[in-house]
Amino acid sequence: MTETLLSADQLSLKRAHKQVLDNISLRIDSGRIITLIGPNGCGKSTLIKVLLGLEQADRGRIHRSPGLRVGYMPQKLSLDQRLPLTVDGLLKLAKGADNQAITNWLQRLSIEHLRHQSVHGLSGGEWQRVLLARALLIRPQLLVLDEPVQGVDVQGQMELYQLIPTLRDELGCAVLMVSHDLHLVMAATDEVICLNGHVCCSGHPDQVSIDPAYLQLFGSQPAIAHYTHHHDHHHCLDGHIATGTETNGEHSHD
Amino acid sequence: MTDGLMAPLFNHWWLIPLLTGTLLAAITGPLGSFVVWRRMAFFGDTLAHGALLGITLGVIADINLTLALTISCVGLALLLLPLQNRSRISSDTLLGIVSHSTLATGLVALSLADGIRVDLMGYLFGDLLAVELSDLLLVVTAVLAIAALMSWQWHGLLASTVSPELAAIDGHPVKALNILLIVMLALVVALAMKVVGILLVSALLIIPAATARSLSQTPAQMVLLAALAGMLSVMGGLWASFQWDTPAGPSVVVTAAGLFVISLLNPKRVQQ
Repeated sequence: MTETLLSADQLSLKRAHKQVLDNISLRIDSGRIITLIGPNGCGKSTLIKVLLGLEQADRGRIHRSPGLRVGYMPQKLSLDQRLPLTVDGLLKLAKGADNQAITNWLQRLSIEHLRHQSVHGLSGGEWQRVLLARALLIRPQLLVLDEPVQGVDVQGQMELYQLIPTLRDELGCAVLMVSHDLHLVMAATDEVICLNGHVCCSGHPDQVSIDPAYLQLFGSQPAIAHYTHHHDHHHCLDGHIATGTETNGEHSHD
Repeated sequence: MTDGLMAPLFNHWWLIPLLTGTLLAAITGPLGSFVVWRRMAFFGDTLAHGALLGITLGVIADINLTLALTISCVGLALLLLPLQNRSRISSDTLLGIVSHSTLATGLVALSLADGIRVDLMGYLFGDLLAVELSDLLLVVTAVLAIAALMSWQWHGLLASTVSPELAAIDGHPVKALNILLIVMLALVVALAMKVVGILLVSALLIIPAATARSLSQTPAQMVLLAALAGMLSVMGGLWASFQWDTPAGPSVVVTAAGLFVISLLNPKRVQQ
C-alpha cells in the first residue's frame, strides 16, 4: 500500500534577484525512487534543503506525513582536520544510533573494517558508504541522497546506484536523490524530475531522456560525452558537444 | 594547628592566582577545542580586542570593570553571531576590521578619559598576580556553570559542529546551541583576560587544544587533554614567572607553546 510521505505545492524561492525555485510541485510516495536532475545551479540542492526543512521557501507549502523518519546523505562533510573522529564516533552522533544498528549497517555496506579508523583517512568511496550508513541508521521512511561524494569514481557510483533499489526493497522506504547524470541512474529510478529553476519535464526515465526540454538542457552541457570525444576530436570539440548524444547508446536509438 | 593544615596555604599570596588561572585553563581548553573545530579562532580574538572598548566604557560609566568586560564580550559575541553563517573570506575580513578598530577605539577613548588611571598593560597582557579572592569566586562559579552546560549539551554541540545540517535534521536546536557556545566563549574570554590579557587570550583557547589534538583519537579525549594542557601551562608559566621574574601572562603562553612543540615530538602522534 502506498502512502504519500511528502508533498510540495508550488514552492518558490528567490535569492539575490535570482529565481532559484520557480513554482515547483512534487509528491513522494512510499516505495518510489525519484531522481532530481539538472545542470549546476538549477536549484537541486536548494530544493532538497527546502524539502528537508533546512531552508524556508518564499511561497508554497510542504506537507510531511506526521513523524516521518528522514535519512539524509549529504554530498560531503567539511570536517576540520583537527577534530579527532572515528567512523564509529561519527555514526554514534546520529539519531537512533545504537551499537547493534551500527554493526548491522556497516556489515551490510561492507565497511565494517573502517569502524575504528579516523574519518580523515577515508577515500571518497568510503566516505560515501559511511554517510549512507549514517542515513540508514534511523531506518528511514524517506532516504534523501544528495549527489554522490566528490571524488568517487564511476565504478563506485554504479555500485551505489545498484544498491539503492535493494535498500528500498529492504526498508520499504522512498528515495529522493540528486544526480548530475541521468544515464547512471536510469535503471535505478522510477521517476525523474528535470529541474532548471522550474520543473522542465518529469516522468519515467525513458520518457524524460527523449523529452525535448531535457535534450535542450543537457545537449548543450559538456557531460560525459566531453571526455570520450576529447582524445580524437580536439579540432571540432564544440560541434560534438552540441550534438554530443551519439556516444550514449540510449540516445542513438531515439 | 587548630586552624588545620589548610590555613597556612591561604597565607601564600600566590595561591589565589594559581587556583584562578588553573581553573580558567581547565575550561579554556575544552571551549578552545570547539573554537578550533569550528574554525572560529579569529572570532575569539575579535571578542578579546573588542573587550577593551568595553573596559573603557566601564571606566567612563564608572561601573564594575569585570561586569563591563563581561557585558561587552557577550554583547559583541551576539552582534557578531550572524557572521558565522556567511562565507569564510568576507567574514574574516569583517572580523579583522571589527577586531582592530574596537581595540584602537578602546585605546584612544581610554587616553581621552581625563583623570582616569587604568593599568593598561594589565589589560593588554594580563595581571594574574593581582587577582583577588572575589575574582577567584567569580571564576569558580563561571567555570562550574560552563562545565555543566558543556557536558549537558555535549552531544548536540558536537553533532552540530560535525554537520549543522545533519544535526538540524536529527532535531538538535542548532541555532540555540550556537548561541550557547558563543555566550560561553564570550564569558571565558572576559574572565581569561585577567590571566593572560587581551592580546594573548586566544592563545589560551587555541594552543592547549592544538596540543591535545595530536594525542587524541576522540573529541572527548581531546577536550580533556586540552584542559590538562591548559592547566599545566598556567602552573608552569606561574612557576617560571616567580623563578625568573617574568610577566605571568606571557610566561603562561610561552609554556603552552612549549607543550605544543613537545606534543609534536610524540612519535605515536595521531596522523592529522
